[in-house]
Amino acid sequence: MNWFKETLSRVKRGKKVDQSLWVMCSGCKEIVYKKEVERNLKVCPKCGYHFRIGAWERINMLLDEGSVVERDGNLAPMDPLKFKDTKRYKDRIEDAQKKTGMKDAVVSVEGTIHGVSVQFVAFEFGFLGGSMGSVVGEKIARAAERSMEKREPLIIVSCSGGARMQESMLSLMQMAKTCAVVRRLSEAKVPFISILSDPTTGGVSASYALIADVVIAEPGALIGFAGPRVIEQTIGQKLPEGFQRAEYLLEHGFVDMIVERKHMKDIIYRIIKLLTGGSYVHSS
Amino acid sequence: MVKPLEFEREIYEIEKRIEELKSIGTGVQLDIDEEIRKLERKVKRKLIKLYRELTPWQRVQVARHPNRPYTLDYVKLMMNNFVEFRGDRRFADDRSIVAGFAEFDGMSVAVVGHQKGRGTKENIERNFGMPHPEGYRKALRVMKLAEKFGIPILTFVDTPGAYPGIGAEERGQAEAIGENLYEMINLKVPIVVSVIGEGGSGGALAISVGDRILMQENAIYAVISPEGCASILWRDSAKAPLAAEALKLTAQDLLKLGVIDEVVKEPIGGAHRNHQLAANILKRAVRRNLRELLNKSIDQLLEERFEKYRNIGVFSQE
Ligand SMILES: [Zn+2]
Repeated sequence: MNWFKETLSRVKRGKKVDQSLWVMCSGCKEIVYKKEVERNLKVCPKCGYHFRIGAWERINMLLDEGSVVERDGNLAPMDPLKFKDTKRYKDRIEDAQKKTGMKDAVVSVEGTIHGVSVQFVAFEFGFLGGSMGSVVGEKIARAAERSMEKREPLIIVSCSGGARMQESMLSLMQMAKTCAVVRRLSEAKVPFISILSDPTTGGVSASYALIADVVIAEPGALIGFAGPRVIEQTIGQKLPEGFQRAEYLLEHGFVDMIVERKHMKDIIYRIIKLLTGGSYVHSS
Repeated sequence: MVKPLEFEREIYEIEKRIEELKSIGTGVQLDIDEEIRKLERKVKRKLIKLYRELTPWQRVQVARHPNRPYTLDYVKLMMNNFVEFRGDRRFADDRSIVAGFAEFDGMSVAVVGHQKGRGTKENIERNFGMPHPEGYRKALRVMKLAEKFGIPILTFVDTPGAYPGIGAEERGQAEAIGENLYEMINLKVPIVVSVIGEGGSGGALAISVGDRILMQENAIYAVISPEGCASILWRDSAKAPLAAEALKLTAQDLLKLGVIDEVVKEPIGGAHRNHQLAANILKRAVRRNLRELLNKSIDQLLEERFEKYRNIGVFSQE
């Protein structure tokens, strides 16, 4: 481990590390070997910190190889408000598309989990903070509708700062829209599993994400309505350690379980098996 | 006396002059009476012109005007026999939301609305109209009660937003809001929503899912406050007037975007200048919409409500 100590001391002395090989863990602040993190599903081998991952990484991690077919990949954002702050929304979209290779902040697919067919939606935080605008809302709605039609469980992995400001009220209304379709899915008695990754806040947490049949959080994920900075500004004090983290929500009764990345696929599979294995069919 | 809004100052000056003239005594000298009438016509003219050309940021000021009628003012002016129901039966009673039942247009209705306070003391009690989860849960409890007894629901929206605090997060602010959206879409009675002041993001939406969304002409409704938007996107909250413009938060803009169903007129110079008249106009609009909804079967009502929300959004697909 001499090379490691050497690297570490180089970093401490303020010298550059080769960023293609090393990465600093936000959990333990240690410099860790990138390849090792990647082999470990992007979880820090030292402290278990779950690095944020992209939509496709999530899909490849949870769905069976070769089973994945993308849906609604042709949906793209528009700029109905002609929104402009220091930069045009149109340009922000273009930049995000170039950066991520995606049209908007979610990828929607069908595929299998240990052979069980599911509808699956994953957020891409790299696309404007995973914010929910018209496209995200529509893709979630369509995925839920396919779930109903095919009677396949719906799984959404959220990673989002909330509603997209640049579509203002159209974004806010996606909260009501996603809840409306999820309600129908529930009445059709098809399971909906919501997975909360870091972060899940604002209009995403306050719509479909916390009202699912099953709510699962990744360790350490920030989950809440208001962002920590807004709360600190409002109440004028520092927030307690661990506030709004997955463990805090578990303690307060808002998530069913916290599941480490390496167990996620198996847990989802087992839950689907259990929830669809009912034998008592009551008639009214 | 409430401090006039910056852009209303000139009008307040003229009105002060009118008051002074009146205190000299009307009917004593004819030229004073004539002067008063002249000034009154001037005030009206100026108000009409001013309010026709309000900028979005000025509308934000009007929507937040401390003299603007609040939910309980409208309840008093539009309804009879209001009985307030308090508490969420789980944790507490949140005073920033009022809920209960009243008589409206000859029938029972459920009333749910944000409630701001007048003056510091009442505002602290009402938490400036910013609910905690228990407020949303109380609202849902009363709406479910209304559903059980086949009573239509009228909601009144006027909040800066859901409260961002430790207790609110601890008790599940996000879950409470999500739950209301999830339930309101399927409540088996007509729901008429009136946005009467500030429609502050998710905290407003949580009691705003309904069959008809009415909005007063000086009310606002946005995904985030102009100040919040400015501090994030411009990194400078002083750019709020620019954000107010960009967010398209006025009733006229939202009607065009298909987010609301109807713009409700206000008295000349805004609802804060004449509560009774504002209430009369709003009452007529609510009554007309409610009567239309009462003619629909529950299946049709729920289908149309679902479709309304299902179809909101603008995107391309090639
Ligand atoms: Zn670590």
